[in-house]
Amino acid sequence: MRWSNWALGQMVLARLREFYREPEAVFWVYGFPILMTIALGVAFRENPEPQYRVDVSSGSESSSVTSTLETEKTSKGDPRYLVKTLERDEAIARLRSGKSDLFVHASGRKFTYLFVPTRPESKLARDEVNNLLQRAAGRIDPVNNTSEELNERGGRYIDFLVPGLLGMGLMGGGLWGVGFVTVDMRIRKLLKRLVATPMRKRDFLASLMVSRLIFMVPEVLVLLLFAWLAFDVTIAGSLWAVVFLILLGAFSFAGLGLLIACRAKTMEAVSGLMNLVMLPMWVLSGIFFSSERFPEFLQPFIRLLPLTALINALRAVMLDGMSLLSQWSELLTLVLWGSVSFVLALRLFRWS
Amino acid sequence: MNTAIRCSQLVMTYPGRPPIEAVRSLDLEIARGECFGLLGPNGAGKTTTIEILEGLLTPVSGEVEILGRRWGNGEDDEVRQRIGISLQETRLSEKLTIRETVTLFRSFYRSGLDPDEAIARVSLQEKAHARVGKLSGGQRQRLAVACALVGDPELMFLDEPTTGLDPQSRRQLWDIIRDFRRQGRTILLTTHYMDEAEKLCDRVAIVDHGQVIALGSPAELIARLGGDHVIELSFAEEGPVMPAEQFAELPGVLAARAENGTICLRVSQLHTVLPAVLDRVEEQSVPLSRLSTRHASLEDVFVQLTGRHLRDEGEA
Ligand SMILES: Nc1ncnc2c1ncn2[C@@H]1O[C@H](COP(=O)(O)OP(=O)(O)OP(=O)(O)O)[C@@H](O)[C@H]1O
Ligand SMILES: [Mg+2]
Repeated sequence: MRWSNWALGQMVLARLREFYREPEAVFWVYGFPILMTIALGVAFRENPEPQYRVDVSSGSESSSVTSTLETEKTSKGDPRYLVKTLERDEAIARLRSGKSDLFVHASGRKFTYLFVPTRPESKLARDEVNNLLQRAAGRIDPVNNTSEELNERGGRYIDFLVPGLLGMGLMGGGLWGVGFVTVDMRIRKLLKRLVATPMRKRDFLASLMVSRLIFMVPEVLVLLLFAWLAFDVTIAGSLWAVVFLILLGAFSFAGLGLLIACRAKTMEAVSGLMNLVMLPMWVLSGIFFSSERFPEFLQPFIRLLPLTALINALRAVMLDGMSLLSQWSELLTLVLWGSVSFVLALRLFRWS
Repeated sequence: MNTAIRCSQLVMTYPGRPPIEAVRSLDLEIARGECFGLLGPNGAGKTTTIEILEGLLTPVSGEVEILGRRWGNGEDDEVRQRIGISLQETRLSEKLTIRETVTLFRSFYRSGLDPDEAIARVSLQEKAHARVGKLSGGQRQRLAVACALVGDPELMFLDEPTTGLDPQSRRQLWDIIRDFRRQGRTILLTTHYMDEAEKLCDRVAIVDHGQVIALGSPAELIARLGGDHVIELSFAEEGPVMPAEQFAELPGVLAARAENGTICLRVSQLHTVLPAVLDRVEEQSVPLSRLSTRHASLEDVFVQLTGRHLRDEGEA
């Protein structure tokens, strides 16, 4: 059989060509994960130590306060407190409009603080400034203490987040990627034209799934590489196990995408269905925080969702270095979702 | 087995309020090697009929036999290997080139033409590497026909292959169809162009409101009218107008009707009737602005049968 006669191959090729010849689609599919990881990069970059804006009252008793605050430095050597000497009225106006975090007035052996309790940085500034001034005035802590920061790889939020984002991307890509293309072809009557040929229907559906698996590779690579280079996120378990999980996830969601699109006649209909299916998983499957936080009676249902299975298995392999076999129930869930959807889609599919 | 297509008592009703009876008891029998035309106004039921024959729609009732087989008997793929189809409206993928599109369609068939050969048959060789999105309407239609041809079918269905094309593109498509017909293969096409049906088809069925109202070769249908000439008279715009009845009584005039200020007379013996018509105009001393004669056409057949024009918006 010549390659040029191989219908499945030809159909996959056609999908690939249609895709990469559409620059906008390429941008959205590959640009989006890049934008998202960049946004995350900004959100999770190492927190700079905070600087507080402190106003000090202009009386002569306050001048020692000013000098104490001004000598305090951050670990990078920047001033810790941006100090201004002001009259009380003016300082209150600044506090109110958020231009400063704290107002300090010293008289006799008494410090008076003015702060805004609803602004966390205002409260923090009050506590830190008070500690500093009390120590400068001779306070000694009764118990020794040291603080350690936990920044171990694998235990950080970003390590937890990357598998979640990976799963979310696979779900969105699979559902939209397959669903939209299918409905678009139906609207263009191309599906009708195709069934008018001896094309095998399962070849057609399989071509949609296969092309989805191919498109997904760069998408996933972008996210994983960026997470590795920018945040040093690594994989504790086997790389092949992760690859396998990603392929299985993509297969599962491509099947689901086919099922959702199997009868829809308009883009509106398919978008509605798509959101209906994705919403519970966005909320429940533990993309941004562990799904264990939901009440116990919801857990059996949550565990049946394909996104939960995918993200849990990815986390087990990527964070805890577990083997694939230990995740058999997640694997089974994904296989079932993918294959049952595919078979159902094949039977229910509306070609015209 | 010399019948390519046979259908009887085909009925198709679309759900709606009231239900739309698109096809009402339609019978057809099309022989192998025939070029057969379904002719009818918009909404007559041509597309519905042809899609039932293609096995794309399931009729409410009625029998269909294509190349001796029925749809839904587990032999659909066998039939599909042997037929080629062009739908009334299909938007092929704009991002693919002609050659890629035809190759894709070729891959569905066990045997067939080389994609380049199919492209050559519709004279698109020079455009083989152009994207479908950049083609003109006529080129797209020819591409659609190339996709129908590439499986080397015995039977081809073309739904309005020439609608909206300029005369030159239409003639190019006619050549492709004639070529196919010359190889002894069967074509069923739909059209609402009379001249096309007359020039191209061995037989036509005129369809109106989902029924066949006339069936035969174009020449037969025209001959059945009785007179095969038409005289058309127009009067000066602001001048007096003569009613059509004034001519109907003249001997040799088979039918007379007025439309849009023009009087059409269908006559059998042009050379004897024409002088009488002119005498009548002379008697009334009404100034004529235009006088012409032509051969009767399928259009006249349709008007005779329905009192409407084929190209009027169908009221169905
Ligand atoms: N999917 C459908 N649902 C409901 N009604 C339909 C559908 N398709 C066609 N019809 C109706 O059935 C009738 C026949 O339509 P059909 O498309 O067969 O006509 P046609 O002869 O092909 O017309 P045209 O020359 O405009 O292509 C029309 O009244 C049309 O409105
Ligand atoms: Mg039609």
